[in-house]
Amino acid sequence: MEKYTYVLQMKGIYKSFPGVKALNGVDIKIKPGTVHSLMGENGAGKSTLMKCLFGIYKPDEGKVFFKGEEVKFNGTLDALNCGISMIHQELMPIRDRTVAQNVWVGREPMYYGIFTDDKKMERDTKELFDRLNIDIDPREPMGSLTIAKMQLVEIAKAVSYNASIVIMDEPTSALTETETEHLFRIIARLKKQGVAIIYISHKMNEIFRISDEITVLRDGQFIHSAPASELDSARLISLMVGRDMDQLFPKVIHPINDVVLKVEDLACGKLFSGVSFEVRRGEIMGVAGLVGAGRTEVLETIFGFRKKTAGKVYINGKEVDIKSPNDAIDHGVALLTEDRRSSGIIPVLSVESNITVSSLKKYLNSFKLLNTKKMKDCAIEFSGKLNVKTPGIDTRIENLSGGNQQKALVARWLLTNPEILMVDEPTRGIDVGAKAEIHTLISDMAGEGKAILMVSSEMQEVLAVSDKILVMHEGKVSGIIDSEEADQELVMQYAAGLHN
Amino acid sequence: MSKRSFGYYIDKYSIYLVLLVLVVFLSILTPSFLTATNMMNLFMAESARGLLAIGVAFCIIAKGIDLSLGSVIAVASVVSASLLQDPSYGSRMFPNLPHIPVVIGILLALMAGMLFGLINGLLIAYTKIPPFIATLGTMTAARGAALLYTNAYPIPELRPDFKILGQGKIGFVPNIVLVLVFFLALAWVTLNKTRFGKNIYAIGGNDVAAKVAGIKIEKNLVMIYVWSSMLAAVAGILITARSGSGIASLGTGYELDGIAAATVGGCSHNGGVGKVGGILAGILILGVINNGLLVLGISPYIQQIVKGIIIVGAVVFDMRKANRR
Repeated sequence: MEKYTYVLQMKGIYKSFPGVKALNGVDIKIKPGTVHSLMGENGAGKSTLMKCLFGIYKPDEGKVFFKGEEVKFNGTLDALNCGISMIHQELMPIRDRTVAQNVWVGREPMYYGIFTDDKKMERDTKELFDRLNIDIDPREPMGSLTIAKMQLVEIAKAVSYNASIVIMDEPTSALTETETEHLFRIIARLKKQGVAIIYISHKMNEIFRISDEITVLRDGQFIHSAPASELDSARLISLMVGRDMDQLFPKVIHPINDVVLKVEDLACGKLFSGVSFEVRRGEIMGVAGLVGAGRTEVLETIFGFRKKTAGKVYINGKEVDIKSPNDAIDHGVALLTEDRRSSGIIPVLSVESNITVSSLKKYLNSFKLLNTKKMKDCAIEFSGKLNVKTPGIDTRIENLSGGNQQKALVARWLLTNPEILMVDEPTRGIDVGAKAEIHTLISDMAGEGKAILMVSSEMQEVLAVSDKILVMHEGKVSGIIDSEEADQELVMQYAAGLHN
Repeated sequence: MSKRSFGYYIDKYSIYLVLLVLVVFLSILTPSFLTATNMMNLFMAESARGLLAIGVAFCIIAKGIDLSLGSVIAVASVVSASLLQDPSYGSRMFPNLPHIPVVIGILLALMAGMLFGLINGLLIAYTKIPPFIATLGTMTAARGAALLYTNAYPIPELRPDFKILGQGKIGFVPNIVLVLVFFLALAWVTLNKTRFGKNIYAIGGNDVAAKVAGIKIEKNLVMIYVWSSMLAAVAGILITARSGSGIASLGTGYELDGIAAATVGGCSHNGGVGKVGGILAGILILGVINNGLLVLGISPYIQQIVKGIIIVGAVVFDMRKANRR
C-alpha cells in the first residue's frame, strides 16, 4: 500500500514576472488515478502553474509535494525522472525525424553506448502505440503527419515516461471529434493504471465528461476546488470569470442590406472548386465543415494569400482581381487567420506595432513620415475599445494571453476599415470570457454594416452567431442553410456530404 | 505599468552602460584617451565600418544578413576612382575620359555598388534562397568584378576635388564623420518614422504574419538589400577619396566588422529587434576597444581576442535577458 492520499500537492505557489503577478498563493491537490481539470480564463495562471510543476519555471515561493515528499525540480528532466510528464499546448515536433525518433529523443536505446538502436526504438514505439491503440507507422517522418496525429504521438511520448502524473494542456484543440474520443479512451486506460491526469481545456463539455475533480483559478488566485459532480457549466463559468455570464453567444438581429461580396465558381487547384456564395452588408455567414473540407483555403484565396485557379470575386458588384493580401486590404477585405501564432501576431513587436502594422498609411503626414504620436493614440484607443488587457502598449505581444492577442489582432483589422471581415476559428484556444467578447465584437461589426465570413469548427458558435451557414464538404459547397432552420444535426449531415 | 524596477532600466540601457564604463575606465588609465583629437580619430577610424553596420543592421532586423558589403566597397572604390582620376596623370585607366562632375562619378559608383544590392534583394525575395547564401554568392562575384575591372591594379592619382570629400573637414569635424552622422540620422528616421522601417521590423518578426498583414514582402526585401549596398558603396567611395586610390581588394572582411557592431549593438539575428541608438553604441564599443587598447599600447592581437569575447558575450547577455521573461 502506498502511504499517500495525494500523488501531488502544491502549496502556496507564488510566481511573478516583470509587471505581472502570475501566481498568487495557489494550492492544488491531485489524487492518484483521477482526472483533475484545471480551469480558468487565459491568463488565469494555469499554464504558469503547470510550468512551475514541470520545472520550466521556478516558483518564487511555495512547496511541491510529490507522493508525500517535498520535491524541487530544477528542470524538466528532474520532473520527467520523477514521473511527471507534460503535453504542451504548442507542439514541438522535430519534423525531419521519424516518429520513433521523436518519441525517444534524448533517451534513445543504445548499442555499446554509442550507436542508437533504431530497430529497438521502432519496436518499442510500435508496442507503445499498440498499447494505446494508435495507428501510426513509427518510421514515418514526423513532418508528414497531420497536426492531430502529431498530437497523438506527443501523448504516447508523455505516457512512455511511465509517469504517475501526465499534464495535458489543451490536448484537443487540434483534434476532430473521433480523435478526441480516442484520446478519452487513452485517458480512461491511464486512469485505470493509477495515473493522475491534470487536464487543461476550454471546452466545457469535455471537462464535464472526463473530470473527476475541478480546480478553478482566476487572476493567479486559487478560487475553488470541488468534485466535478458538484459543479455545472453555469456555476463553473461564473467561478472562472467572477461574474454571471448568462449569454455566451449574444445574437443581435441586424438589418441586412445589399450584397457586398459575391464569389462565383471560385477554385484553387485540388483544394476546392465551384465555390459560389454571396454575403450581404450586416450579414454573418458561418462556414462549417470538417477539418480539411477547404474552408480556410477559400478564405485565403479570397484574401489573395493563395492564387485562385478559376472563378470570379465581386465586391460591391464590381469584379476585383486580388493578387495579394495587400490588394485585399485595399479592397476593404480583412482576414483574421486561424493560426494566431504563425500567421497572426508578430511576437517580438509591441502591442502597438502589432495593432498598427496594417494601417500605417493612415498615420503618414504630408512629408510621408509616420506620425508616431497618432499611431500610439490610435493603438491605445483601439486596445481600450476592444478591452485588450496589457501591462502597456509597448509590451511585446508575445507576453499577452491568447485571448488578448486575438483582440489586438481584431483591433489591427478594424483599423483598416474593412467592409468584409473574414475570421477563421476566431475563438480557438480562447477562454470563455474573451470568447463572449469576440462574439459580441463580431456581432457589433455586422451591426455597423460589415459583411462577415466566419469559419468555425465549434458547432454551437456557428449556429448561434451566424445568419446563414455555408457548409463545405471535400472542397465543394454542400449547402447554404438559413440559421433559423439549421440545427446541429442538419449541419453535420451537410458536412458529411449526406445531402446533395 | 507606470512603475518600473531599477533592473528594468539596467536591462534596457545596459549597452550604453557598457560603453560608459569602457570610456571611464580608459580615461582613467590614460589621459590621452578622452581628448578631442583622439575622439575624432576614433570616429574617423570607425566611420567606414560604422556605415556598414548601419547598412547590415536593416538586413539583420529583417532576419537576413549581407555578406557582400566588403566586396561592394571594392566595386564602388574602383568605379569611382576610374572615373575621377587626375587628368594630368599619364597612365589613366580611361585616357580619353572627358572631365565629368564629381557628383556624376559618385552617382555612377553608387549605382554600380547598389546593383549588387539589387541582385541580392531580387534573389532573396523571389528565389527564397537564404540571405546568407545569396550574399555569399554576390560577395564572391562582386569581388571578382572589381578585380576584373582593374585587372587587380590599383587606380591612383585621383582628382583633388574628389579627394577633398574624404580628406576635408567642416570646422573641426572630418567630412567622413559628418557622413556617418547623416546616415545614422537617416537610419533613425527610416526605422522609426517610415512605413518601410516598420515593415522591416514586421518582416523580421514574422514574415508570414507580415504578408497576411498586407506588407509587400518582396518589394521591401529588395529595398532592404539595396539600402545595405548603398551604405557600403558610400563607405567605399569615402575610403577611396581619403586614401587617394581605388583598390579592388579594399574592404575585405569589413562586412564582418559591420555585422559585429550591429550585433553588439543589440540587433537580434532572430529578427524584429534592433535600434539605431544600440547600433551606434555597438560601433563605439568596438571602436573604443580598437582605439583604447592602441593608446594603451596593447598588442593588436589581444585586441582581436577581446573583440571576439565581446561579440559573443553581448549576444549571450541578450539571450539571457530574453529568456528571463
